[in-house]
Amino acid sequence: MTILNKIAARASLEKVIALSIADGCEANLEGSNIGNIRYARNSVSTAGVTEDISLVVQCNFGKKVGTATINEFDDASLAKVVARAEETARLAPESPEFMPVLGPQKYAESDAFVTATAAIKPQYRAKAAAASIGPARENGATAAGFLNDSASFSAMMNSEGLFAYHTSTNVNFTVTVRSNDGTGSGWASSDDNDVRRLDVAQTSGVALQKALQSREAKALEPGKYTVILEPNAAAQLIGRMFFSFGARQADEGRSFLAKKGGGTRLGEQVFDERVSVYGDPLDKRVPVGTWNQSGEPVGKLDIIKNGVVENLFYSRYWADFKGVDSVPQPNNLIMVGGDKTQEELIKNTERGILVSRLWYIRALDPQTQLYTGLTRDGTFYIEDGEIKFPVKNFRFNESPVIMLNNLEELGKGERVSVFGFPVVMPSMKVREFTFSSLSDAV
Amino acid sequence: MDRRNFLKVAGVGAGTIALPVTGRAIAADELTLPADASLQRVLADAALAAAKQAGASYADVRVGRYLNQFVVTRELKVQNIVNTESVGVGVRVIAKDTWGFAATSSLTPKAVAEAARNAVAIAKANSVYQTEPVKLAPVKGVGEVSWRTPIKKNAMEIPIADKVDMLMAVNEAALNNGASFVNSTFYLVNEQKYFASTDGSYIDQDIHRVWAPMSVTAVDKETGKFRSRNGLSDPMGMGWEYFDGDDSEKIPGVTTRYRYSYDMVEDATLAAQQAQAKLTAPSVKPGRYSLVLDPTHLMLTIHESVGHPLELDRVLGYEANYAGTSFATLDKWRTKEFEYGSSLVNLFADKVQPHSLGAVGYDDEGVKTKKWDLVRDGVLVNYQAIRDQAHIIDEKESHGCCYADSWSTVQFQRMPNVSLEPGTEKLSVDEMIADVEDGIYIVGRGSYSIDQQRYNFQFGGQLFYEIKDGEITGQIEDVAYQSNTQEFWNACSAICDERDYRLGGSFFDGKGQPSQVSAVSHGCATTRFDDVNVINTARKLG
Repeated sequence: MTILNKIAARASLEKVIALSIADGCEANLEGSNIGNIRYARNSVSTAGVTEDISLVVQCNFGKKVGTATINEFDDASLAKVVARAEETARLAPESPEFMPVLGPQKYAESDAFVTATAAIKPQYRAKAAAASIGPARENGATAAGFLNDSASFSAMMNSEGLFAYHTSTNVNFTVTVRSNDGTGSGWASSDDNDVRRLDVAQTSGVALQKALQSREAKALEPGKYTVILEPNAAAQLIGRMFFSFGARQADEGRSFLAKKGGGTRLGEQVFDERVSVYGDPLDKRVPVGTWNQSGEPVGKLDIIKNGVVENLFYSRYWADFKGVDSVPQPNNLIMVGGDKTQEELIKNTERGILVSRLWYIRALDPQTQLYTGLTRDGTFYIEDGEIKFPVKNFRFNESPVIMLNNLEELGKGERVSVFGFPVVMPSMKVREFTFSSLSDAV
Repeated sequence: MDRRNFLKVAGVGAGTIALPVTGRAIAADELTLPADASLQRVLADAALAAAKQAGASYADVRVGRYLNQFVVTRELKVQNIVNTESVGVGVRVIAKDTWGFAATSSLTPKAVAEAARNAVAIAKANSVYQTEPVKLAPVKGVGEVSWRTPIKKNAMEIPIADKVDMLMAVNEAALNNGASFVNSTFYLVNEQKYFASTDGSYIDQDIHRVWAPMSVTAVDKETGKFRSRNGLSDPMGMGWEYFDGDDSEKIPGVTTRYRYSYDMVEDATLAAQQAQAKLTAPSVKPGRYSLVLDPTHLMLTIHESVGHPLELDRVLGYEANYAGTSFATLDKWRTKEFEYGSSLVNLFADKVQPHSLGAVGYDDEGVKTKKWDLVRDGVLVNYQAIRDQAHIIDEKESHGCCYADSWSTVQFQRMPNVSLEPGTEKLSVDEMIADVEDGIYIVGRGSYSIDQQRYNFQFGGQLFYEIKDGEITGQIEDVAYQSNTQEFWNACSAICDERDYRLGGSFFDGKGQPSQVSAVSHGCATTRFDDVNVINTARKLG
């Protein structure tokens, strides 16, 4: 019901723009239908559906900007919301970094909406939970999981004639299985636009297997180890680094990409030459929208190529200030991987630690991108190409910048979700990864 | 709004400014208008009737209006002024002994009744796979009642121009005292919540919170080094009076700390000077130290190592897939002699402490709020439990700590305020420090990380001072301490008295799937912990 089609969205937005007498007017319309189920202790705990829609109107007189919104769509309500936005703009102080609204843009079509996902019913969610709970119970284990599905649309229009429209669907499933003796725990996840590519039973099976394999872990001394990070573990750490790829932070000297004495490390070799990361909204594995909240087109963008920093992100204001083109931040991330399976990476490893998941990651020092956090839900010792035994969890203190210079080998890429953004990340083998202490947590 | 979306609004995340995605922006004048109580009652009754008719044995409905205002600045520029409002109705039901929930932003009796029927349908669909029938602790209906945060000045009513002027003065003070950059923000919250249930309660609450986060950065272009010092204020369950900068609420010392009134200009001045000092401060020598922890720092350690492990849903495994479980298991509690901390340690939970973020009259399932013990004389004595959990720990009633962060999310057990009682014997901070031979005095919260069962943790801070033979020798850098929860609280050797008791807090306590945030405060006085492992966090790139 809250998913307006392109014609209906355009018609609503045209009415809004026509009502404004401001120097500039921009309207954003968004709506979503979200459903979820949550289970724990081998039983369903909560489930629900939520629908919401909102219209945001921003008006500006020169550099004075105001915003207002409404969720009713009759003509009187639309007139009211525009008048309120204009009134707020007149009262606001000047915003020196305000950029005038953009003219019309061309956007590529991204195929991110899947009807089958939008049509998910409560019964599907309940059955998915059952497919996870049953095998866990039969194997002396307890499952806790969450399945969340959404269908949404977003549209924007402005007084310079720009119009953009996008629809998307997503389904995300995560599950933790714990052995009933409390000594083993496993986690797995899957994330897709298309529910038909989701196999809840298979994903849950991976978590169950890890739970059973990780029982009665042995303690190893903390220190520097060769690690194999599964795609999700790698993505959670590496993904954070891209928050520091803003050109402005680097130009201002407060980023690891700033240089001593001024300037940035744009164009420099900062990582191992096998490291390449880009964004591409049309990638079939991780399709996302092709425009951002300012209405700028977001296309394919190399961020790191063969270890060299190819692009920093420039907001419209900072690009204007520096006299360069703006570079919008991508809506997804893809790190180029290798051909090897994770099993093959293990086979080539003399001594190392397999890490399934990293948890509670927090920044220690933005200057070096040093982070701390812990391993969780399946940590194993590898010797002579084989997993020998489960090990107790470690706390790590490590920087993804250092890690991506200590790269040994890359595995195949997989889709994972980082902060709700779709990411393709390979598994990877890294030397001298720093574990600083042991944790008793299972 | 979660932390990430706040960072987007505040423009301190990816360097962009965007509207919050969880609320709609509105004109400032609307923030002062009250919600329409008669409409709320009509909507609530429509939901309760529809739920009962569809077969619910219990139902509650929350008609919510959630207002935020942000004034975002950097240096001498206003970056953004955003007013958001999120309005809607959430209906929770029990049918066939199973929970169901549905929510809608349409404020019509028809849409709300439809949501109630959806919630019942979901409960019935899930009941097939339900193995633990819901068992609710009783609550007596209270009829029509209301509660309001006892504020002196409604922050939403203060003109935008006054807010901008104050932040410009703050930023100017930072820039005049050595800051290269400064970000400062007002983040103001008003939750208007109308709760009704089939128990016969109609509860109208008007909850206010304020926060002024600030970050000051000093850059040395020659060496390429940069260091930041964040503000030492905390979010509070107060009105605009918190920003009056009343001298009687200041705690003097190595830097000024603030009790229930914040002088933001003074803090910005000190922050800039201290950020400069951080650029050249010596790096800590790793080892074992006595730690003297200021409340601006210790509040977060309490949050992570006491507040979270004693959430009963975590203990039972309901959070296993997200926030995690807990080392503080029921078998440890049942012994009645599990030594959580040294005998000095008394930790209590409450939803009533004045000025706290958690204070409300009734929780989000209509239970009157109160105060209770968690750890008494060092021994674990209780948890945090809501209506469907009370029977598990032999309680006859809920603790009253159920909360949902929006009309669109389902309420569940959330952390109440969790605080450390001040020492009963007279002890000042200076007297505490005078007794330390080899220690570090930590002020403000820095990085924080703890495992999913709350054993192993690592914390940083904003300001670190070396203590040698009872004297503070100067600022040091790159400090983080690692410990284990039980070991740490058993290393507690002294607690300052109530003169030093202050509240810290956070808007962003996260739990649940879909993830919800909750605002919570933690009170304590300066406290000493002995023989704690301190690491050095300095690294080199390339």
